[in-house]
Amino acid sequence: MDTKAAQYWKANIRLVVSLLVVWFVVSYGFGIILADPLNAIRIGGVGLGFWFAQQGSIYVFIALIFFYAARMNALDREFDVHED
Amino acid sequence: MDLSTLTYLVVGATFALYIGIAIWARAGSTGEFYVAGKGIHPVANGMATAADWMSAASFISMAGLIAFNGYGASVFLMGWTGGYVLLALLLAPYLRKFGKFTVPEFIGERFYSQTARLVAVICLILASVTYVIGQMKGIGVAFSRFLETSYETGLIAGMGIVFIYAVLGGMKGITYTQIAQYVVLIFAYTIPAVFISLNITGNPLPQLGLIGSMADGSGLTMMEKLDQVVTDLGFSQYSEQVMGSKLNMFVYTLSLMIGTAGLPHVIIRFFTVPKVKDARSSAGWALVFIAILYTTAPAVGSMARLNLMNTIQTGPVGEVTANIEYANAPQWFKNWEKTGLLQFEDKNGDGRIQYYNDKNPEMAAKAEGWGWKGNEMTKVDRDIMVLANPEIAGLPNWVIAIVVAGGLAAALSTAAGLLLAIASAVSHDIVKGMINPNISEKNELLASRLSMVGAIALAGYLGFNPPGFAAGTVAIAFGLAASSIFPALMMGIFNKKVNRTGAIWGMITGIGITLLYVFQHKGIFFIPGTSFLGDMGPSWFLGISPNAFGAVGAVVNFAVAITVSKMTHEPPEHIQHLVEDIRVPKGAGGAVDH
Repeated sequence: MDTKAAQYWKANIRLVVSLLVVWFVVSYGFGIILADPLNAIRIGGVGLGFWFAQQGSIYVFIALIFFYAARMNALDREFDVHED
Repeated sequence: MDLSTLTYLVVGATFALYIGIAIWARAGSTGEFYVAGKGIHPVANGMATAADWMSAASFISMAGLIAFNGYGASVFLMGWTGGYVLLALLLAPYLRKFGKFTVPEFIGERFYSQTARLVAVICLILASVTYVIGQMKGIGVAFSRFLETSYETGLIAGMGIVFIYAVLGGMKGITYTQIAQYVVLIFAYTIPAVFISLNITGNPLPQLGLIGSMADGSGLTMMEKLDQVVTDLGFSQYSEQVMGSKLNMFVYTLSLMIGTAGLPHVIIRFFTVPKVKDARSSAGWALVFIAILYTTAPAVGSMARLNLMNTIQTGPVGEVTANIEYANAPQWFKNWEKTGLLQFEDKNGDGRIQYYNDKNPEMAAKAEGWGWKGNEMTKVDRDIMVLANPEIAGLPNWVIAIVVAGGLAAALSTAAGLLLAIASAVSHDIVKGMINPNISEKNELLASRLSMVGAIALAGYLGFNPPGFAAGTVAIAFGLAASSIFPALMMGIFNKKVNRTGAIWGMITGIGITLLYVFQHKGIFFIPGTSFLGDMGPSWFLGISPNAFGAVGAVVNFAVAITVSKMTHEPPEHIQHLVEDIRVPKGAGGAVDH
C-alpha cells in the first residue's frame, strides 16, 4: 500500500473512531450508564437521560451518518480516490 | 360504510398497487433480480430499506413493548436504530465497493474459502428463516382479526401477493413495492399518533407531546401524570423502570445494534445503489425514514398506556366509584375483549374493573383493604396499544382501515426482503457458486425465481405449522446475525490479517456459544423441559438475558478469529490486495460483471 493510500485509510479510521465515540456516549453513556444522574436535568417533562434513551440518541445517529458521508466524500476528493 | 367493507376497500387498493408495481418492474437479468441493477437512488433506497427493516414487530408490537416496559424499552429504540451507524461507517460502503450480489459471496471471496461461504449461507438462512416465520404469522393474524377471514385464508392471500411481486420482479420489484409500502405504513402509524398526542397534550407533534404538559389543566407534564397513575396502582415508575439490570440493558442494546448491522436482508439493500458514496448517504436516509416511526413510538406507547389506565381508573385509587363499571366500559374495550387480547374477570364480584399490580406486596395489602381480590385485567396484550389506538382516540373508521393496511405493509415488505436474501443465497451462492459455476445467465435467473418460489413455500409451510419455538425466535435472529455475520464482515474489511481458518472458527464459535446459551436457558430447540439451567434471572451469566447474548457471541467470534489467524498462515498476497482495493471507492462503477 503506498503512503497516500495508507494516509487515506488512517484519516478514515480516525473519522470512524471519533464518530463511534459520539455514538457510544449518546446511547450507552447518556442513555444507560449516566441516565440516572442526567435525569436531574429536565428537558420539557422528561429527564435528560430518558430523553436521550428514547429520542435524542436517534437524532444524533442520523446526524453522525450524514456527517460521515459528507466528510468521506471530501476525503475521497482530497486523496483522489473518488468515483468518476 | 361499515368498517369491514372499508377495510376490504383500503387493503384491496394497496394490494392492487403492489401488483401494478410488480407488473411494471419485472426483472430481466440476474443483476436486476439480485440487486435491482444497482440503479436505485439513495433516497429511494433509504425508503425501501426502512420498509424492509420495519417489520410487523416494529409496527404492531413495539409501542406496546414501550408502554409496558417504559424506560427499559429504550434498548429496542436505541438498538434498532444505532445499528445503522455501524452499517454506514463499517460495512455498507465497502461491501458496495466489492460490488457483488450476496453477503456469503463476500465472505467466500475475502476468506478464499468455499467452506467459509457455506458457513455464512447457513448462518444467513438460520437468521432469515427464524425472522420470516414471525412475518407470516403477522400477515395471517392481521387478516383474521380485521377482515374476518380465517388465519389460513389470510396467510394464502399474503403469500400470493409476495409471490407475484417477488418472483416476477426480484429485488427490483421488491424495492419499488417497499417504497409504496413505506408510504402506507408511515401514514398508518403517524395519523393516530398525532390525534392521540393532540387529545392528551394539545400538541400535534407526538415527539413534543412526549415531553409536553397535560391538556387536562392539571398542570402536570404528561410523564409526571403517567408516572403518578402507574405508581398509584403499584406498577413500576414508567420513566425509570429498567429491563433486568443496567448491564443487561447495555448488552441487549449492543446485541440489537450489531445484529441490525449484520442482518443480510438489510445489508443487500445497500448493493442496489449506483455508487459507494450513495451507500453512505443511503444509510442516513434509511435512518431518517425509520426515525419518523421510532421517535413517534415512545409517544404512542406512553400515551396509550395513560389512556388505558385512565379509562379503567377514572378517579383517585381506593374510592369505590373511581373504578369504571364493566357495564359502562367503552365499546372498544368490548370489541377487543372478543378477540381475546383483553381479558377481564370480576374476581370480587362488584361489577367494577380493578386493574393494578397485585404482585407488589404493598399494593396488594392496600387493595385487600378496599375489598379488591386481585388484578382483574387478566390479559392486556401489548399489541393492543397500536391496534386499538384509533378506537381509543375516537378516530373514524377509515383510520382503522389504514392501520390494518399499514400493519400488512410492514409485514409484507419485511417478508419479501427476507425471502430475497434466502433465495439469492440458494441460487447464487449454492447453485452457481458451488454446484454449477458455468450456469448461464438465463438459467441462473430461472434458478433464482425457483428458489424464491421454494422460499415462499417454506415460509408458508412454517406459517401454517408454526413450530413451538416461533414466538421466541425473532429476537434470536438478531443474536445469530450479531454473533456470526457482523464480525466476519467487519474483520474482512478492517483486518487484513484475518485468514480463512480464523474466520470459519470465529463464525462457528460465535454462533455456537450464542445458541448454546439460548438453548440452555430456553430449552434445546426451545422444547419445553429440556433447558438444563432454567430460564430464570439468577442462573443467567451476569444477569444477561438469552435474547441479549448475541453481543457476547460477537466478542467470542472476534477473539477466536484473531487468535486463530495469528497462529496460522497469513492470507495470500492477492487477498490482501483485494482488501486494499475495497477500502477505496475509486473504480466501483459498473459492478455487475459476472
